[in-house]
This record gives sequence, structure tokens and C-alpha cells, in this order.
Amino acid sequence: MLLMLTALSAISGLALITGFIFKEGLPIIAKVGLGDFIGSSDWYPSEGRFGILPMIAGSLEVTAGAMVIGVLFGLGCAVLLVDFVPPRAVSIIKPSIELLAGIPSVVYGFMGVVILVPFIRDYLGGPGLSVLAASIVLGIMVLPTVTSISVDALQAVPRAYREGSIALGATEWQTTHMVVLKAARSGIVAAVILGMGRAVGETMAVIMVAGNTIAVPHSILAPVRTLTSNIALEMGYASGDHRQALFATGVTLFVIIMILNTVALTVSRRRGRRAQGQ
Amino acid sequence: MLNGLSLIIGGGRGDVVNAVGSTSVQPFAEMLAQAYEDSHPDLYVDVQGGGSTAGLQAAANGLAQIGMCSRELTPDETKEFQDIVIARDGLAIVVHPSNPIEGLSLDQIRRIFAGEIRNWTEVGGPDRPVRPITREEGSGTREAFVKKVMGKVRIAREALTQESNGSVKELVRSDPAAVGYMSLGLVGGELRAVDVDGAAPTSANVLAGKYPLVRPFLFVTKGKPSEKAQAFIDFVLSPEGQKMLENEGLVRAR
Repeated sequence: MLLMLTALSAISGLALITGFIFKEGLPIIAKVGLGDFIGSSDWYPSEGRFGILPMIAGSLEVTAGAMVIGVLFGLGCAVLLVDFVPPRAVSIIKPSIELLAGIPSVVYGFMGVVILVPFIRDYLGGPGLSVLAASIVLGIMVLPTVTSISVDALQAVPRAYREGSIALGATEWQTTHMVVLKAARSGIVAAVILGMGRAVGETMAVIMVAGNTIAVPHSILAPVRTLTSNIALEMGYASGDHRQALFATGVTLFVIIMILNTVALTVSRRRGRRAQGQ
Repeated sequence: MLNGLSLIIGGGRGDVVNAVGSTSVQPFAEMLAQAYEDSHPDLYVDVQGGGSTAGLQAAANGLAQIGMCSRELTPDETKEFQDIVIARDGLAIVVHPSNPIEGLSLDQIRRIFAGEIRNWTEVGGPDRPVRPITREEGSGTREAFVKKVMGKVRIAREALTQESNGSVKELVRSDPAAVGYMSLGLVGGELRAVDVDGAAPTSANVLAGKYPLVRPFLFVTKGKPSEKAQAFIDFVLSPEGQKMLENEGLVRAR
């Protein structure tokens, strides 16, 4: 009974938040028109123009960039830790990586502004504040999530799989990428989804390094504004339609996260079925 | 909830004066309130942010005795409220210290932020792209800049947007191509504030009305302020209060 109650309170909290965001955000979408709201690049709140296409594009680009960096390094690190590093070293390295998750995002943002942004500006061109800078900072921020969940998934693969593969004459590398990674797929997908959630939702660090222009970025060196930054930047002063438009930005973010999660889950499930069929 | 808490605490310490409004004025008002309470322990001044417009609303419906405002009142608002200028704040146009540009005209600044001037050579500088840095929509500093400089012209989409005076400063400090605008009191030694229409951005020029980019910091009341509120306003306008504001980089009201 008590368990039931706690579970219900958690879910009702979620439902209330969802309900409130939609209640506040939907009227303005209806007023502006869905097509104009998500398809227009004109964001001039003082003139009553609310088009969030640049922010949608910005969020997607930055998240994609972050996942390329985060998954590449995170998964690589996990494979190395599980299959190629002695367990004693793992017991030191893994907690250290997990410690990265405890660093406040404003610190990542500050490091980005002070080190990464001038570096990009001086060596690659552009203003420095860019899709690239945001992707790198976010990529580093999702590393602990991706790495630690992938490590757990890889460690959960039964020893027999590895031994069987080696006994069949496969090399260690073949065993890793043809047997172990496939067996751990669902765990790795979970790692990617959680990492993606963090990347889409991160705000503070992104505001600091992304430049926040309201234009669809035309290169990875161009500045960009994400959906979350848009809300955080303007929330303090917004009233009336402007405030509702920020809630509507939240609704859009909500829908995008749902779509990303669904796609990720569906793809992994379909792949899984095909692999079993072979 | 915090506001409620401070009201309760304030209630226990004698009379309360509420000042609500502009987040630009807020830090200065808090400082003044602190100093006032030190010499008048029976009165508690509760300072809250929320924005200039929110401050006017609070003053209008009696939630606050004093509304704080960092822009000029509209003609309609002038009819409804009494306003007292407590200080003036210059709006500085800042560039990297290595930028040789001495001054810009208002028209050049407008064209830079509209995205029409894209290289410093067009205003007599070195061959470098121009990177304008603006503030977020709704910021009082941005509102003042739009009113004084841009008029009906829009700020370019490509302008980088930063959410505080501090991050504008950090960005201009490190980027030789950047140009931004910020509160004159906060410029400091690492940036260079350029002349505007031939007037150097100094307190003296702001006071003499020569420097064109100036905004008032206002205390606004609905009708005649209460005795307690008036006492605090008098303190702010006293030589001691004005001196404190000057030390923080603002320009005295009169």
C-alpha cells in the first residue's frame, strides 16, 4: 500500500508538470499556428513573432555533435575498461570517470569559455562560441553516463560468450565487436538514450559556449541557440504571450525528447530481432 | 516562498518598506537598503527583483511602496506614477583593448548591430570581421540600447547573445573582433569603451548631458510615498546615498 502510494505520487508529480507545461504552452501554439511556430525563423517576442525553427535545429545539431563525441569516447572507454584493462585498474578508473558527473555544469561551461572557445576562435575561425564548442562540452558531460552504463552492460555479458568465441578461433577484437558488443546492445542503447537526454536538456553550459544567436547555424563553427537556452535566457523577463511561447518551447522540447527516445528504442529492438533471426 | 519568509522576518523587525522591480537597479538598492538599515534598525527595506515592468505593476496595485525602473517611463506611465531619478547609468560601447577604433557615431553603431557593417575597415579599423554581442530579449540594458540606438531597426539575427553584463565582458575581453554594450559602471580596466558621437564615456560627460547613451534609474511611487518610504528615498538622494552609488560606478542624479 505504502509502495503504491509513493509510486503514485512520483507519477502524479510527473503528470502535473506535463499537464502544466502543455496547458501554458498550447494556447500560443494554437494562436501562432503550429506551422509558423516550428517552421519560422522569426523570433521577435516584442513584435509578437514566435518562430523557433533555429532553436529546434540548434538543439538537434548540438545533441548530435555531443553524441558523436560522447558515444565514440564513452563506448571506446567502456570496451577498453572491460576487456583490456586489469580489474584492479578498472576499480580506480571507473569511479574517477563517474566523478566527472558530479562537476556542476557551470564549471564545464566556464572551462569551455576560457579554454575551448578561444582555441576554436584562434585556430579554426569564427566567433569561437559555436556548435562545435557546445558539442565538445556536452560530449564531455555525457561521458560519465555513457561510460558507466556501458561498462555495466558489457560486464553483464556472460563469460561463456567470450570463452566460446575465443575457442572458435576468433581474436580478442573480433570477440569484442562481434559478440560482446552485440550481446550488450540493449544496455548500450540505454546508455546512449540517457546520455542523449542529458545533452538535450543541458542548459547552463550551453548558454555559456554556444553564442545563442537566433539563426539556423550554417556550419559547425557558427553560433547557435538551443531550445533550453532560449527558455533560460528569456524566462526572467517574459510575460504574456512571450512567457507562453517559452512554455511552448518547453512543449516542443518534450515532444523532441519523446521522439528521440522512441526512435532509439525502436531501432535497437528491430536490430535485435533481425540479429536473432540470423 | 523566500519573499514570504523575508516579509515575516521583516515584520518582526518593525516597519517594512517594499521596493520591487528592475534587476539592474536591484543590486544598488540592496546595498542602499543595507546601509539604511544599519543606521535605522527600526525599519526594514525589502528589495525584490522581477523587472522594471513588474515593479511598476507592483507599485500600481499597492504590493510595493516603491517600484524600481531602469528605463524612462512611457507617457501613460508618467500620468499614473510619480518618478524620482535616483541615479543615471551610461551605456558603454565596448571593444577589445587592442582595437584601435577611437570612437563610433550612433549611426555606425546602429549599422554594426543591424549587421550592415561586417568588417572593421568600414569604420576605419583593421581588416577584421565585426562581431556584435547583444543581450537577451527582455533585458533592461537591451531595451535601453534599442531605444537609444536602434530605433525601429532590428538587431541582426547573427549577433551573439549573452545573458549578463559579465559574460558580455568576458567575451569582448577575449575577442579582438567583438563589440558589445553594457552598463558603464561595470566596464572595468580590461575593455575599452569607445567615444560615441565624439563624446568620451565618462561620468562627467554623462552628467553634463554630452554622452548620448544614458538611462535613468528610477524609484516610482503611486501617489505620494508613505512616510517610511519617503525617508528611504531621502536617504538615497542624500549626499551619503549618492556617494555610495557613485562609488559603484553610477552617475549621481543631480
